[in-house]
Amino acid sequence: MESSLSKRAAVIDTIPTVFGYLGIASAFGVIARSTGFSTITVIMMSIIIYAGSAQFTTISMLVAGSPIASIIFTTFMVNSRMILMSTTVAPYFKKDKLGKGILIGTLLTDESFALAMNKLNFTNDKMNFSWFNTENMISYKTWVFATAIGAILGNFIKDPKQLGLDFANVAMFIGLLYLQVNNDKSLNKLLQVIVILLTMLLTYILTMILPPSLVIIVVTLIGCALGMVIKRVFF
Amino acid sequence: MSSSNYLFLTIIGCELATWLSRILPFVLLKKFTLPKAVVEFLSFVPIVIMSTMWFCNLFTAQPGQLPKANLEYLVAAVPTFIAAVISKSLLVIVIVGIVSLALLRLIL
Repeated sequence: MESSLSKRAAVIDTIPTVFGYLGIASAFGVIARSTGFSTITVIMMSIIIYAGSAQFTTISMLVAGSPIASIIFTTFMVNSRMILMSTTVAPYFKKDKLGKGILIGTLLTDESFALAMNKLNFTNDKMNFSWFNTENMISYKTWVFATAIGAILGNFIKDPKQLGLDFANVAMFIGLLYLQVNNDKSLNKLLQVIVILLTMLLTYILTMILPPSLVIIVVTLIGCALGMVIKRVFF
Repeated sequence: MSSSNYLFLTIIGCELATWLSRILPFVLLKKFTLPKAVVEFLSFVPIVIMSTMWFCNLFTAQPGQLPKANLEYLVAAVPTFIAAVISKSLLVIVIVGIVSLALLRLIL
């Protein structure tokens, strides 16, 4: 990754994350289509909701005939981590027009957030609209395109799993996490490793006691609070 | 309620719930500045989010039992991590990850 925040740099930086979107969105297309939704409905879900893995939850709750309010509430809980990510990103766009900030927020994803946080380590903590928006736009278009491919070809291609594509996103987070710890100079390395190990433990324990829709947000809240306490007491 | 209405309202509701979570912080922080403690709390969000996005894929809940570890993902994580240390390139890491898992499934 280089220090430039140009559009060209954004395109190059974003390429590795494209595989993750391809894997998940095509799987979404295949699964949603096989559950009985029309091709158009499936594609519209990705265009309108654009909520990553939460869309799988939406599908299965729709099929189960759950009440609308509970589907919306679950989607909100699954994606409530977005509030934390947007709050982290927003200060970088305080001087920009509000419309630009809203556009960045509207298309923010776990992946685009994680990549941008990595980018900051190379740009001396600088961020701009054109880099972030280019990254987000590529992500959004890939998501919709791959959903369409999955929905249209769902009957022909078997399981996207066989290609190992389902691991693209996990591999990406392993990579981004390693690069983040390696490059982020604002937090002590040992502290970061301790927080990661605690997060692993928390994820394991909370997987046992919480419904899946709550695990990520509760882990994130407790993990960040623990990190803060440990930093103040020991570092 | 007709089923197309049910579907339509659900999609709109989910989009609003997701969209507001994404944009409200931008709207509010235009006017307000975060207290120092909150900024410190948020400085942990990137690594905690990245870690939990990884670990959530490793464990599957099983009612009445300990969570099951996803062995395939656990094994494939090893070459992926090595690729990260050696290459420090996200593209290489992702490709090594995909290929590792595909090979693993071919062998097993």
